[in-house]
Formats: sequence, structure tokens, C-alpha cells
Amino acid sequence: MQRELLRRLASIIPTLFCVSILIFGLQQLLPGDPAVMLAGEDRDPSVIAYLHQKLHLDQPVAVRYLYWIAGVAHGDLGESVRTQEPVLQLILQKLPVTIELAFLAMAIAIAIGIPAGVLAALSKDGPWDLFANALALWGLSTPNFWLGIMMILLFSVHLGWLPASGYVSPLEDLRANLAAMIMPAFVLGNAIAAVLMRHTRSAMLQVLNADYVRTARAKGLPPWTVIVHHALRNALTPVITLGALEFGTLLSGSVLTEQVFSIPGFGKLVVDAVFNRDYAVIQGVVLFTASAYVLLNLLADIAYLLLNPRLRS
Amino acid sequence: MPIRRISQILVVLFISLFSSIASAQTLRIGLAEDPDVLDPTLARTFVGRIVFASLCDKLFDIDEHLNIIGQLATSWQWAPDNKSLTIKLRKGVLFQDGEKFDAAAVKFNIERHKTMPGSNRRGELAPVTSVDVMDPYTVRINLSEPFAPLLAALADRAGMMVSPKAALKEGDKFGNHPVCSGPFKFSERVAQDRIVLDRFPDYWNKAAIHFDKIIFMPIPDAAVRLANLRAGQLDLIERVAASDLPTIASDARFKIARTTEIGYQGITINVGKSAQAKSNPLGRDPRVREAFELSLDRQGIVQVAMDGEAQVGNQWVSPNNPFYAKNVPIPQRNVEKAKALLKAAGDEHPMFTLLTPTTSDAQKIAQVVQAMAKDAGFDVKILAAEFATSLNMADTGQFDAYVLAWSGRADPDGNLYSFDVCKQPLNYAGYCNPEVDALINESRATRDPTQRQKVFNAVAQHVLSDRPIIYLFHRHWLWAYSSKLSGFRTFPDGLIRVQGMSLH
Repeated sequence: MQRELLRRLASIIPTLFCVSILIFGLQQLLPGDPAVMLAGEDRDPSVIAYLHQKLHLDQPVAVRYLYWIAGVAHGDLGESVRTQEPVLQLILQKLPVTIELAFLAMAIAIAIGIPAGVLAALSKDGPWDLFANALALWGLSTPNFWLGIMMILLFSVHLGWLPASGYVSPLEDLRANLAAMIMPAFVLGNAIAAVLMRHTRSAMLQVLNADYVRTARAKGLPPWTVIVHHALRNALTPVITLGALEFGTLLSGSVLTEQVFSIPGFGKLVVDAVFNRDYAVIQGVVLFTASAYVLLNLLADIAYLLLNPRLRS
Repeated sequence: MPIRRISQILVVLFISLFSSIASAQTLRIGLAEDPDVLDPTLARTFVGRIVFASLCDKLFDIDEHLNIIGQLATSWQWAPDNKSLTIKLRKGVLFQDGEKFDAAAVKFNIERHKTMPGSNRRGELAPVTSVDVMDPYTVRINLSEPFAPLLAALADRAGMMVSPKAALKEGDKFGNHPVCSGPFKFSERVAQDRIVLDRFPDYWNKAAIHFDKIIFMPIPDAAVRLANLRAGQLDLIERVAASDLPTIASDARFKIARTTEIGYQGITINVGKSAQAKSNPLGRDPRVREAFELSLDRQGIVQVAMDGEAQVGNQWVSPNNPFYAKNVPIPQRNVEKAKALLKAAGDEHPMFTLLTPTTSDAQKIAQVVQAMAKDAGFDVKILAAEFATSLNMADTGQFDAYVLAWSGRADPDGNLYSFDVCKQPLNYAGYCNPEVDALINESRATRDPTQRQKVFNAVAQHVLSDRPIIYLFHRHWLWAYSSKLSGFRTFPDGLIRVQGMSLH
């Protein structure tokens, strides 16, 4: 097993190396000279020339890549040309925000999606099923930015219950933090809840017809014990896989929702960097996110190894 | 007796505590973008100037009518040959780190602007050759040639004074901890979230400052910015969407302020930027350009694309600017004449591509222009490209016509020189007319306003008939703010000056 773990660990390095080439290469496809964009309104030729030199834009792509990767190897992701802040500092600033938003959104998605899916499966073609399906359809077809603005208008402008946007650190004021995060988390969670509901429903329908569920019922177990302990537990496997994937997507930032609620997370950081051609920021954030994915995958692999004795041999 | 005494002390303490809470005012401003680096030498964006207005005082400033007034300068005198400017400085001014502001600091700052790698101020101060410290509160700025726009440049970022001690200590990282002499000092910045400034207690004009803190929050979406204002989370927002004005006007809790910008919105035509100018019907024949301009109804464009919130114009400055050339008035739409011109040019249905950034205003303008020009026989294809891409296309001459806005500078030179003089960086049109170059250079060397006006009139005659840029209108800067905020004044440069403002 140790050997297997070492093999998995060793595979991280070539994976991240390929990822870094991909990030750097794709970025070169962005049209326009970043120095021209970064030189601002006046586009002073001496500033453009200086930026070319500073960003090594006067060097071949391969050399530029080496400059960057050498910095990364030393833990230096560079600095934003636009604001002069170190990229690592920007990432560490945004990371807690993005993680918190992802967790809250996922919690809301699970709290709505899974019970709704179970109820829908239990009353297949009945009123609950219809209701849950309508809810899922709503969740899937409502654009995030629209729902966001509507919620701001209702809860912030008309009712005055919640702040319209902005972010407060939970260490500063937990209540204000939750008040600021609840709407964006709901907007994000709403769409994922719909996906989870649909999958829970179909998985539950399959499981409810399985022999062991029938056996459990025949043994006279209380209905909710059968549903929760026997059926749902087994039905959740594909749902958890799907939820994990959705969670991964949430961690890479949610551009529109962050934009509408002015949440300073990864999505906003990357989009602004792309529009401003702030290459160091794009590279740093995408590499960071990709590394997080790779590491999470590795952790999942290790968990499988620990949980499933068949894989260890 | 002791109880009475204690109760008196408690009352006094309570009142003083209450009054300190009551006076602890925070002004929250919603910005349309996140500013770039907060170093006046390196800064490049318009929105950054809004933050600087509270953070960094300048040698000069502009008033509501675009007149140059002293800020850190108390008086100034040009040499008879106009090749040097002597400035008397305000005494008793401190930088936010406690350092003294004096002539040596001015010399340091202007030299920093001129020599720092990547400085965006070098071009604005190009004719400055040296700075002499005459006495602790007098400097002389020496020029290689007379340069009338110098005062306007010193009324913007080139005139901002930073603490030499802090600048030397921080080097090129100064923008992360800027130290100036303005009414508020830098406290913290969270990128894309907020910039917080705290009151500088030793500000030279502290009687005009009535806030303890200013928080700038970048919120790019105009609807969300407004929602924040309406929800009471912001006190003031800039660049309000014109379509939201009726909603704000109907609510007594808010006020609207507007003024015409010093910039312009226009269509740049590729007349010589690249080989494409030859295949561009607009680029190769001035009659086609004239026909194109005659096909446009500027008032109509403003109504449809800007909800009426702009002033029509035909020059680099708006018609109410003192340097507007009255000898070339705004041409009226004349489709028949346009058709006749096209017939004379031998191309009754010229086809060209109108490049536009993907901003909603620019795209609306392009669509209205397309429809209007069609009446005269033009076949306009719209090509919308993300801003950086469109800029790259303009820079390399891969366009026929380009919808482009300019935020403007206080002196007309800032709207003219870089766009219309041969091979200047913003001359996307590729326009090159030696007579115009000579005239614009003359306008730079002429300080007398009447004489300068005559030169601008001559420039207008040439440029507006050559049409490298068809100027369309000047947008209104639109602000909305809480009725509790008083003392808000509008300035044509679109900046927010907090002096005299207070919340009740």
C-alpha cells in the first residue's frame, strides 16, 4: 500500500508540470499585447517598452515560461502588474472567501436537494414529485445573476433584512458575515440543489425497488428506517460523487454570483485579471486551483485505499 | 456630594462618548471599477484618480468650471519667455507620515515622475528639464520649450506629492502603502472589495473635512451599485446608469447630480494606420467620411444610446468649454447631401466594418450609427470585440472605424495632441497632417487664452474636415447619493472631492 501511495504522490509532479504548460500556453492565445492593456489610457510608448521588459514579453514564450516556473518552484507566483500586490497574497486573501461560499452553497444545496429528491421518489408521480420537479426545473433554469439581483431587490432594498453586497470576515463579525453570505450561497446552492434532487430521486427510485429494501420492509422495520438507513445510504453514492464535482467547481470561483454580490472571491479575481491581461494573476490562480484539484483527487484516492481493502492488494 | 460629582462626570462622559459616536462619520462610495496601483507615478486608470482625490493633494486643482486653482501651490508666476514656472508653496503642510512638505519634496516628486521606471507621468512632463529649489517654499520648474498644458498636468496625477521618505523606503512597492498629504491616509486595501482611508488629523485644510473614514467599494454592475445605495449600504455612487435615473428621482431619499464630462465619445476612422486604410472606403476618400458624418443624427444617438444623458458635440472639447472652436459648429444630419457626396465619390453603397468594444454603451452607439448610416446608403457591419482585443486591433490598424471613448483631460491638449499629431501613441486613425502638427505644437507654446483659442480654431478647421475622428457627444457624469449627504459638488473631470461634504 505504501508503494501505491508513493506512486500516486510521484504522479503529482508530472501532472502539475503538464498543467503549468497548459495554463501558460492557453494564456498566450489571449489576443492583444498585455503591455498595451496594462499601460492604461495614455499608452505611453516608454511605459509599454518598460512593461515588455519587466514581463519578459520581449523574450520567446519558452523563456518566459522558464522565468515563471522558476519563480513558482521558489514559491514566488509573481505580482499583479495592475495593483502590484503579490499573487500569493491575493490568493490567500480570496481563498477563505471562496471556501466559505462553497461550503455554505453546498450545505444549502444538500439541505434542499436531498430531502426533495427522497420525497419526490417516495411519491413518484404524486403531488410531492410534481412539486420537487417544478422546484428543480426552477433551480436549473434560473440564471444566477437574475436570481441574485431579484433577491437583492427583495431582501435588501425592499425589506432591508440583508446587506445588498460586500463581504465581512467571520473573524470580524460572524453575524454580519453570514448575513452577507446567505444570499450568494443560496443563489449558488439553488442550482446545485436542483441537480442533486434529480439524481437523488432517480437513485432512490432504483434502490427502492431493490431486493434488500423489500427484505427490510418484510422484516417489519419502520418505514423511515428503511428509507434512511437502507435505501438512502446506498442511493447517495452517485449523489456524493456528483456533489464532490460540483464542490470542486465552486472552489474555482463563481464569476457571476461573485460579481452580483461583490464577493471578493476567486472568480472575480480571475475574470478581472483576464480582462486586464494581468498574466501573473491568471497563471497563479489557475495553477493554485489546479493544484488543489490534483491534491483533492489524491486525497480521495488515499481514502479509497483506506476504506476499500480490495484496492490495497 | 461625591455621588452628585460622580453622576456629573458620568453625564459628561456619556455626552462626550455619544458625541464622538455621532461625529464618527464614514462615507461609503461605490465605484464602477477596482482602481489600479495607488502610486500617482505609476497609476493609469480613471477610477484610481477618484481615490487619489481624497488621498493625495496636488500642486494645482481644477474648480467646477475647469479653472486652474492652487492646492499645495499658493501662487505661481511664468517667466517672460514662458520657459519656467515659479511656484510658491503652502506652508505648514505635512505628509501623512509626519514629514514636512516643502520645495525639496516637490523637486523629489517631479524627478520621481520623470525617472521612475514605468512612470506614466513622463509624457505629461516631457518638456520639464529640471526643478530648482529657490527657498524652502519656492520651486522653479524649468522647461525646454513653452508648454501651456503644464498647469493642467500638475492639476492631475503629475502634480500629486508623495512623501519622499516613504517613497524611498517602499521603492516600486509604494502603491501598496501610499503616503501623501491629502485629507485621508491609506488604511487598508482588499483587492476588488474595498479601499479604506482614515482621516489625516494634521491635514492643512482639516476644517473642510467632515468624515473620519472613507470606504471605496468597487461594484462593477450599475444595478447592484444602485441596489446598495437604496439598501443604505453606500452613501454615494458614481457612473449611475442613465436608465436608472427615473427610479432614483422618484425616491426622496436620494439625489442625483450630473455634469458634462471633459472627455468625448467618437468614431475613429482608419485613414492611414495600416494598409487597410486603402481598402477602407472611409479611409481612402474624405467625401465618404463627410457623407458618413452627415448621415448621423447626434441628438438621436444620444437619445437612443445614452437615454439623453450626454451633450452632443463635434469636437475634442464640449461646446461649453472655453476652447470650443465656434467657427466649426455641429453639422446637422443631411441624408440627401450625404447621398450626393457618395455619388460624387463613385461609391453609393460603401461597406465597412465598425469595430466596437463589448461595453453596452459602445454597442448601442454602433447599432444606432449602423441604422442611421444605412439611410444614406452605407452598409455598416458591426464587429464587437472584448476591450483589450479591440484595442489591439486598433493599435495594429486592423479596423475601418472604431467606437472609442476618451475620459478627457482638463486642458484641450490632453484630448488632442496624442490623438491627432503624427505617430502619437493614441493616434489610432494614423492621421498625419504637418499643418495640424505645427498648429497643435503652437497651441502648446501659447499661454495667452485668446491667442490659443485662435490656434484651436485653425486646428478645428483642419481636423474636422479631415475627420480622423468623428466626435459624437460628451457623456454626463452621473452620481446618485443619499439625501443625508450635503456639500456634494460636481466637477467636469468626474472626480469626487470630499472637501465640504458631510452626512447628517
